[in-house]
Amino acid sequence: MKEKLVVIGNGMAGIRAVEELLKLAPEQYDITVFGAEPYGNYNRIMLSPVLAGEKTIDEIMLNDEQWYSDNSITLHKGKTVVDIDRTQRKVIADDGTTETYDRLLLSTGSNPFIIPIPGNDLDGVISFRDIHDVDKMVDTAKQHKHAVVIGGGLLGLEAANGLMQQGMSVTVVHLMDTLMERQLDPAAAGMLKKSLEERGMHFLMGAQTEAIIGKDRVEKVHLKDGTEIYADLVVMAVGIRPNTELAEKVGIHCERGVVVNDTLQTYDPRVYALGECVQHRGDTYGLVAPLFEMAKVCANHLAHHGIARYEGSVTSTKLKVTGIDLFSAGDFTGDDTTDELVFQDVASGVYRKLIVKDNRIQGAVMYGDTIDGTWYFDLMRDETDISDMRSTILFGQAHLGDSGHGDDNRVAAMSDTAEICGCNGVCKGDIVKAITEKKLFTLDDVRAHTKASSSCGSCTGLVEALLSHTVGGDYSVAPHLKPICGCTEKTHDETREAIKKLELKTVHDVFKVLDWKNEDGCAKCRPAVNYYLVCEWPAEQSDDNQSRFINERVHANIQKDGTYSVIPRMWGGETNPSELRAIADVADKFNVPQIHVTGGQRIDLLGVKKEDLPAVWGDLSKAGFVSGHAYGKALRTVKTCVGQEWCRFGTQNSTQMGIDLEKMTWGSWMPHKFKLAVSGCPRNCAEATIKDFGVVCVDSGYELHVGGNGGIKVRATDFLCAVKTPDEVKEYCAAFIQIYREEAHYLERTAPWIERVGLSYVKEKIVDDVENRKTLAERFLFSQKYMQDDPWKARAEGTDKHEFTPLKKIG
Amino acid sequence: MSDWIEVGLVSDIPQLGARVINTEKGDIAIFRTASDKIFALRDKCPHKGGPLSQGIIHGEKVTCPLHNWNLSLDSGTAVAPDEGCAASYPVKIDGDKISLSLVPNEGCPENA
Repeated sequence: MKEKLVVIGNGMAGIRAVEELLKLAPEQYDITVFGAEPYGNYNRIMLSPVLAGEKTIDEIMLNDEQWYSDNSITLHKGKTVVDIDRTQRKVIADDGTTETYDRLLLSTGSNPFIIPIPGNDLDGVISFRDIHDVDKMVDTAKQHKHAVVIGGGLLGLEAANGLMQQGMSVTVVHLMDTLMERQLDPAAAGMLKKSLEERGMHFLMGAQTEAIIGKDRVEKVHLKDGTEIYADLVVMAVGIRPNTELAEKVGIHCERGVVVNDTLQTYDPRVYALGECVQHRGDTYGLVAPLFEMAKVCANHLAHHGIARYEGSVTSTKLKVTGIDLFSAGDFTGDDTTDELVFQDVASGVYRKLIVKDNRIQGAVMYGDTIDGTWYFDLMRDETDISDMRSTILFGQAHLGDSGHGDDNRVAAMSDTAEICGCNGVCKGDIVKAITEKKLFTLDDVRAHTKASSSCGSCTGLVEALLSHTVGGDYSVAPHLKPICGCTEKTHDETREAIKKLELKTVHDVFKVLDWKNEDGCAKCRPAVNYYLVCEWPAEQSDDNQSRFINERVHANIQKDGTYSVIPRMWGGETNPSELRAIADVADKFNVPQIHVTGGQRIDLLGVKKEDLPAVWGDLSKAGFVSGHAYGKALRTVKTCVGQEWCRFGTQNSTQMGIDLEKMTWGSWMPHKFKLAVSGCPRNCAEATIKDFGVVCVDSGYELHVGGNGGIKVRATDFLCAVKTPDEVKEYCAAFIQIYREEAHYLERTAPWIERVGLSYVKEKIVDDVENRKTLAERFLFSQKYMQDDPWKARAEGTDKHEFTPLKKIG
Repeated sequence: MSDWIEVGLVSDIPQLGARVINTEKGDIAIFRTASDKIFALRDKCPHKGGPLSQGIIHGEKVTCPLHNWNLSLDSGTAVAPDEGCAASYPVKIDGDKISLSLVPNEGCPENA
């Protein structure tokens, strides 16, 4: 016998919980849903665009009636539950319908607050809460002209904007002196007010409504100072109250909302509650992201998995008025103990303020360009130390050379054919279509369905902005600590810690001991774990070929036509006639269709057939070449200039320095690719300041730079320190590489890693702490003893032969 | 009726690895799982034609090396939300010997 689950409330929170439950345990319950409104489940947040005429009701429907029948859910729509018999375990609706339950889920949402003043029940006085209200507003706008919105908060302004779009003349009456005072500081609020006034909205600030006057329907709004405003329609948008009426009636403990614990259970453990009706750890929530987090946890417990806990949410707000970009999160006022970082350009309508305490972001307000809102929000939620980026943080994450989408940050204004994701060629229209048709709510969903922002990630901000424009609200809430992938709850750091502590030596040991959900892991976690093992246990045969991506497995770069490219190492970018001759001979012998000089001062043979690889390597190996590792998460190139040997500006022998560094570091596996460069003078012809580790020679010695990147997001290096001798350069280089190898997450390049941990941290570990630097360098050199074994030579001699030959040819 | 063709030994393929059979109609990938089950799929991802034989194998799924689509080794169908399939072929194991039929299983045409 299936258990019976009854859901009271057919809104976003309740139905989201049902959807999550169906994913976890589709057969466990007979599900019945009661909804007071005569519709399926719709996206309430998108009522504002419906009112503004930008969307239709159909477009904001999340679950139509077909969905309920497809999932064998009984839907009692248009029926309000009026009583619950908790001893008999049944619910009773206003029309007499009864249903029994084993578990009950309350998602009764919230009610708009109606100000207790005379005339509040007149015809034409409404709130802004459901489809019915929107219908009423649209109808009124057809016949009447003047609307008054009481309340200058988020909801009130969205209602006022919508009514204006419907052709009404709108006055907003607000009790406070500034708009949206719960989300905005006076500066941002002022910019918002100005912009709305330019669109034709009227404001009465610091104004208290005393009465609504009219005979049959509303005629005037009377304010305390005696002002009277003519009104055909009054919208009360002064706040919401959790709807606890039913719960209170049946004796379930309520305070401001229905009180629930971390598993979303009320004081009656058979009765769960979630959404806007609940109070959790003293807080109530009116935004959608927390509701969805609750839904996940609630479903987990209903499915008897019993492992998830809801621990509260940090939320951010965006205003859904087309053409106005506004973002607010956390504490945006601050106090004596906080600092303010402010950027303001009134003329171009841009304002950004961050509230910072002990170098951690406490809150943010943005007006105008809000593309970095999610970044600030992430920094705030993760409590990232921002001391190293204080001077640039206000310019945003995307301020410098972000390739792929130019500087177009206003997603709302983009055309449907505008390309959002340059890697996967996904346009705005594709993403919006997927979001609406497939009902996507999270960044991960959008990535899975459209591939947008799933490769290099530089368009993540844009995709998130599109999500919130399309479905409303802020959906970026993610757990504080991200697990490696869906196979595990463990984070990268926890996994590494366990590998070390428990002395785990194989991929399958790690999965077994750490309770991976899938025996073999997946294509995301297996290469990561394999790298962590190789890094931790260099002297032991921990490397598992089948856990490596194809390029590293066959030691060449797979090209899109299935052929491979071969790049032999050229130490420090130096070569000679006999090497060049050998390359030319190989190219002739194997009919290599294209030869290309790479950006890393080497020669690339493109279009080599897989079967030919071992023979190609054999010939190259005989000529003295080793693998260039151009295919791996490994040490790539060391770029140099000709230095003082030839150049009149050269200050040191930069070429030799480069060769020495490459001889020391080649063959090492890394979390991601790793590039070096040595420039002979500050003119920096080897572009050392966009490399992972760059050396700039100066007259007095060597400047060391770290964490540069010339790729997706150009990042100039941070200056680490200056040293005097070549030996010191080598020691710092080895130590820096090793700390990066040991502490960065797999697939995290030095640039984002340094931004995550902070340059100060790296300096402390390898500049200030001499002992630690020496130990790190020693560990690197120890590891190198086992890594500097040319994989090409081995394969030319027969290793992994099965990788390069077909099993059989038929026909 | 399908004609069985002997193509090699289970031990010729590494666990969680794959080998390729060249045929006139294109390559077929033969996969070996951790539990030594053998599967055969057309060596062509339905997305952009990536060689599935070069992917990472986990459970009874393979991840395409080009853009990380996951396909079920059993049926050749892409794991949701991706949509598409690679034709799958019957295989027969006799001791260590693998035999393959070039007549694809129903459900996904060879030129899908």
